[in-house]
Amino acid sequence: MKRYTVAVLVKNEYGVLNRVTSMFRRRRFNILALTVSETETPELSRITVLFDGDDGNEEQLVNQLYKLPDVKSIKELHSDDSVSAELLLIKVKNGDGVGEGILRAAANAFDAKIVDYTKETVIMQMTGERDRIDAFIDLMRGFEILEICRTGIVSLERGEVTIRKVTNI
Amino acid sequence: MKLTGADILVRTLIEQGCKTVFGYPGGQILNVYDSLYKYGDEITHVLAAHEQGAAHAADGYARSTGKVGVVIATSGPGATNLVTGIATAMLDSVPLVAITGNVGSDSIGRDSFQEIDITGVTLPITKHNYFVGSVEELADTLREAFRIASSGRPGPVLVDVPKNVQISSCEYEPLPPALPDEKFAAKDIRVEQAAELINSSVRPYVYVGGGVISAGAYDEAIALAETIDAPIGCSLMGISAVPTKNPRFLGMQGMHGHYASSVAFSESDCIIALGGRFNDRVTGDREKFNEKKHIVHIDVDGSELGKNVTVEVGLRGDLKLTLEKLIKLLSKKHLPAWQARIGELKAVESQYSCDKGGLNPHTAMYALNEFLGENTAVATDVGQHQMWAAQDLSFSKPRRFISSGGLGTMGFGMGAAIGAAIGSGERSVLVTGDGSFGMNLNELATAVSYRVPLVVLIMNNGVLGMVRQWQTLFFGKRYSNTVLARKTDFTALAKAFGAEGERAETLGELKSALYHAFSYDGAYVIDCAVDKDEMVFPMVPPGASVENLILK
Ligand SMILES: Cc1ncc(C[n+]2csc(CCOP(=O)(O)OP(=O)(O)O)c2C)c(N)n1
Ligand SMILES: [Mg+2]
Repeated sequence: MKRYTVAVLVKNEYGVLNRVTSMFRRRRFNILALTVSETETPELSRITVLFDGDDGNEEQLVNQLYKLPDVKSIKELHSDDSVSAELLLIKVKNGDGVGEGILRAAANAFDAKIVDYTKETVIMQMTGERDRIDAFIDLMRGFEILEICRTGIVSLERGEVTIRKVTNI
Repeated sequence: MKLTGADILVRTLIEQGCKTVFGYPGGQILNVYDSLYKYGDEITHVLAAHEQGAAHAADGYARSTGKVGVVIATSGPGATNLVTGIATAMLDSVPLVAITGNVGSDSIGRDSFQEIDITGVTLPITKHNYFVGSVEELADTLREAFRIASSGRPGPVLVDVPKNVQISSCEYEPLPPALPDEKFAAKDIRVEQAAELINSSVRPYVYVGGGVISAGAYDEAIALAETIDAPIGCSLMGISAVPTKNPRFLGMQGMHGHYASSVAFSESDCIIALGGRFNDRVTGDREKFNEKKHIVHIDVDGSELGKNVTVEVGLRGDLKLTLEKLIKLLSKKHLPAWQARIGELKAVESQYSCDKGGLNPHTAMYALNEFLGENTAVATDVGQHQMWAAQDLSFSKPRRFISSGGLGTMGFGMGAAIGAAIGSGERSVLVTGDGSFGMNLNELATAVSYRVPLVVLIMNNGVLGMVRQWQTLFFGKRYSNTVLARKTDFTALAKAFGAEGERAETLGELKSALYHAFSYDGAYVIDCAVDKDEMVFPMVPPGASVENLILK
């Protein structure tokens, strides 16, 4: 099993996400994270998928995705030559101010922002690489985590390369 | 000119060169049927007995002509009845455009009467599908559907047209037929690598798949084999691509393939696969299969390269163009040792050939061969009879053997044979089994209504023979639910439908029945007696390799 990040540039139309994810379903890949967003061109949207699989299956998946008429381009992204980020919102119990100092220190260390504060709960927002977010969540387990929501990763290759320059296979 | 969506739909079909469509009407496609009525001079609609039959007919039409087949159905049950037909076309890469009506856009998502999310249902069994949102998109969507269905590796495309789009109007200007995407040959570097590998091989084998037929690369496939002194074998889908009588042709290989073809395939040191996909019925044990051999695989669909077996060189490109390039780089071979070995294998095979007197599945097929003209298309259903037809029938022109290879759809043949006869304008033949025939025999009504010249040869063994064969070999002869022993009188049934028919219990009777059938103007059913214990051999048991081949 390996972890893959694949970016897929698709036509910005209804149903396209379904066509793309259906390819993952057919091969029984569990999608760990998924983002869909508009791009620099209104006609195209970008899907970024993080999933586990083995090499042969991943290659098949990419080959099959290429065959979808709505798919314009596909790129596998590697951590060494791409930048990726994810947004986290985490709600923890405030515990009547007990331990609040530690909470603020932790937030500071991870560049997390407190975006909501009540006597009972605190919501923090943080962006960063997936691993860092995982580490922050781990740290927060010391408090009582009430709810977590994360966006799934967005990712771009470093330097001049763009996904549009990739031609089919 | 300003036209309604329904008129635009039919005008676009005509514009795309479509002269015959198959289908079945209903509430949500009524407007289109009204337009078919209006433009009846320019386009013929064949009314089937069931939408599945209509889909198989459009498929058979496409397979026999190479054109895009078109099937039309109403929403809901009409659309879901197409599903098996669409899946059959998908797995055999047949260009098909399926058009369905749907409830008006306002009613979508409310579980309205006969509303079905058919684009959702057919997502994994179409090359692409569309829900037409407005009348302005309709003509271009259909053109796009024709282009996608016929480009690269062909396949089915579904276009779902809600009622309001059929009713509203917009400007329509006819355009020339949509052209398939431009064809391309594989990259030079790959062609060079392939040539190097083939030039160094001593036991090359040319393996012909259905892609050779789609690409029309018949002459190139034979030229390749001539250049490198190789035998030619094929998959079920490759049958009729190369004339059966070509001296290099060893026939189908794989699970029920010809002995010489399967053994040569496995002994080869270099298989040149042309538009095949190394299905499990072809390779048997996949790991064993890959040992000690190089594979050069050419396919227009890049996702096939390396999908099922490890290939040394994968070439993505049009077969005809790629082979033209490849052949130029090959050195002429003369391989007496390999040819001698093939001679030996053929000699072994001929010992097992079942030409003994009396009526048996093989003599029945040989008898049929005598009546096949070079343009006669033979469709089959699925089961033992399909394998006997695949093994023993003789073809001299491509697109003459029409069989559901990938999906193995029982009930395919009746519609397909009708579509093939209409497409080719000649009498067609259906080789079917008593089980398969039972699935879609209602289409006899269609054949009779349209006076389709059709010979239906039922290989009647009273059992679901192919499944029963597995029970005999692998399930201790526990014949669970495979003995039909039905009381159906197929001759009387044929007559009830307005066709003709007779029963044949001896070889002589079969020959005379065939004579009657081939001189009859219309549909003729022959109920041919076959012993229930007849089996299809050779057989490579599922998941095994050629060493485990059962010959008798
Ligand atoms: C629609 C469908 N259902 C079930 C099967 C499984 N199946 C494969 S062959 C076969 C038996 C076919 O019987 P028959 O048509 O009489 O042909 P025979 O093998 O006896 O020649 C069955 C049930 C299938 N291929 N297709
Ligand atoms: Mg039978």
